[in-house]
Amino acid sequence: MKTISNQPTSKAAFARETPGRKRRQSFIERTLASFGRRMERSFYAEELAKRDGLLQRLDPRVKVIGLLLLLIDAALARNLFAIGCIFGIGITLALLSHVPIRTLATRAWLGALLFTGVIALPSIFITPGRVVYHLPLLSWPVTAQGLQSALYLITRVETAVTLSLLLVLCTLWTHVLKALSVLGVPVVFIVILGMTYRYIFLMLQTARDMFESRQSRMIGVMDGPERRRLAAASVGVLLTKSFHLSSEVYLAMQSRGFRGVVDTLDDFKMQRVDWLALIVFVLLAILMFWLGRQSFAGPFTVL
Amino acid sequence: MHIPDGYLSPATCAALYAAAAPFWYVALRRVKRLLHTRLVPQLSVFAAFSFVIMMFNLPLPGGTTGHAVGVGIATIVLGLWGSMLAISVALLIQAILFGDGGVTAFGANAFNMAIVGSLVAYAVYRVVAGRAAVTAPRRVFAAALAGYAAINAAALCAAIEFGIQPMFFHDENGAPLYAPYPLHIAVPAMMIGHLTFAGLAELIVTGGVVAYLQRTDVSLLKLTAPASVRDAVRVGADTVQSGWRATRPLWMGLALLMVLTPLGLLAAGTAWGEWGAEDFADPAAREQIAAASHNQAPPAQPPAGLSRLANLWTAPIPDYAPPFLKSAAFGYIMSAMVGTGIIILVFFLIGWLTRVGHGSERESEGSV
Repeated sequence: MKTISNQPTSKAAFARETPGRKRRQSFIERTLASFGRRMERSFYAEELAKRDGLLQRLDPRVKVIGLLLLLIDAALARNLFAIGCIFGIGITLALLSHVPIRTLATRAWLGALLFTGVIALPSIFITPGRVVYHLPLLSWPVTAQGLQSALYLITRVETAVTLSLLLVLCTLWTHVLKALSVLGVPVVFIVILGMTYRYIFLMLQTARDMFESRQSRMIGVMDGPERRRLAAASVGVLLTKSFHLSSEVYLAMQSRGFRGVVDTLDDFKMQRVDWLALIVFVLLAILMFWLGRQSFAGPFTVL
Repeated sequence: MHIPDGYLSPATCAALYAAAAPFWYVALRRVKRLLHTRLVPQLSVFAAFSFVIMMFNLPLPGGTTGHAVGVGIATIVLGLWGSMLAISVALLIQAILFGDGGVTAFGANAFNMAIVGSLVAYAVYRVVAGRAAVTAPRRVFAAALAGYAAINAAALCAAIEFGIQPMFFHDENGAPLYAPYPLHIAVPAMMIGHLTFAGLAELIVTGGVVAYLQRTDVSLLKLTAPASVRDAVRVGADTVQSGWRATRPLWMGLALLMVLTPLGLLAAGTAWGEWGAEDFADPAAREQIAAASHNQAPPAQPPAGLSRLANLWTAPIPDYAPPFLKSAAFGYIMSAMVGTGIIILVFFLIGWLTRVGHGSERESEGSV
């Protein structure tokens, strides 16, 4: 399931188009670029998942359970120290798994910091609490509680994106979906998730072809209503194609003897190292849970 | 709209997983019953379709672009239950593999967009489109409205989830542990963006696709238009006015009343007999009671029975103005809209349950 027919396997083939162009991209170009980014991401993840690192060697089920436990610990933590420790565990795992810190920084940290930073910024001023500083000129009050809550939000979000990115960067995506069975996701959903993942790329390819063929036939600039009609028609065409595709897939499945009973080949086997890793993850999770319940003086409580 | 990890407390996430679970269970059973062996391929392909739709850049008036969730069009084409499942699967893949929306917040995202979104889109589309023909322009309007209402309902749910965080979850110094903004900030902040840009993107894609399908492939619209399909079969037969059509004058009247709601703000004085126990102690309220009762002074103490019964129930929206809305006039109008909406929804659900109970109804069944 790594490639589908006609699908270029090089990530360069999906590189963002028309680099360095000054004029504003049309909505077609932007849509094409977002399709390209999605495909490129999955190819890069596949490359990393094949490297020889700590997380790559583990059973996907152990990774799902272990990283999810740490993620829940990060969500439950009631002090910044515990969140910082879990973040540290994430970075250590990344280093041991040969995941470049730069990848984490560009793919997760920077985006999360900008997005959550913008959201958290006003809370510094409007959260009621002990005033520790007044902004010069505007004289807006900065409260200790506001600073603390902004830090909670940002560190928690950064830790969560690091842990979830580690899972998908160090595991083949089909294995991630299959490993969800340990969380009690029914087999029928596992099969649906796996097939959805496969058809997402086919649909992205189809949508990309549609937009490209339209763009290659276009001269001049479309006006607003025409652009909207084109977007709606593209969705409509994709929908009709989906119906045809699902009928074809169903016929193909029937021809191979599918009678509605779903079964997956369970090729995951727990080795000794997997059990060991699972125990370490569980112990770490218990330790972090305990740490998260402790009361530490926050950096702003002593100001 | 996709809530990331870290914004909601684990307790909220768990509650929303629990709230979504029965819907997933019912949806899976219903869709399975209709599709049998087709379930796996159809649901997979439509979940992939929903995923791709969320990535479309839609051109909006004013030259900007926006993303739609696609819940409106998914509900109209796949039916209520099919849409819930397809959008949920798409959201799960987005959360796990692409980092759009948190893993712990998946239950919340699925509840807001896939479940509440589909329910609102379905109710609005069915009520507004009524028995109009599949190719009627009214269906385009109904679809656009359904998409717009669905995305705003989902955003309102997300805003309430954000807004309750600082009420319940803070550390020992009072610093909020999760999303830091209370309801009176979170609700307007979320809704302004969704009532304008995001709502517009959903409106355009839902209305536009239905208009396109009306021209090219009407069969895809038939699932959520069973009445008009039956009407088309009965051409020439004596048709008795029934169903939504017969109630159309009532709907018009209701719409007129809702438009006239602001008149209530102009009314002076107090509604006679609608006094609360606390009004007897308030000098201004006492004057109003006296003025409305031919200058008969009210008793000094509230009647004992009134005081006792007044404590039985506290309204969620006291005096028609939710506490998080600063403007009483706006709150009054909002209360009218929300109240009417809830009543319509309750009757819609009762009607739907009765039809399902009689076992003769297939029209409300969702499918992919």
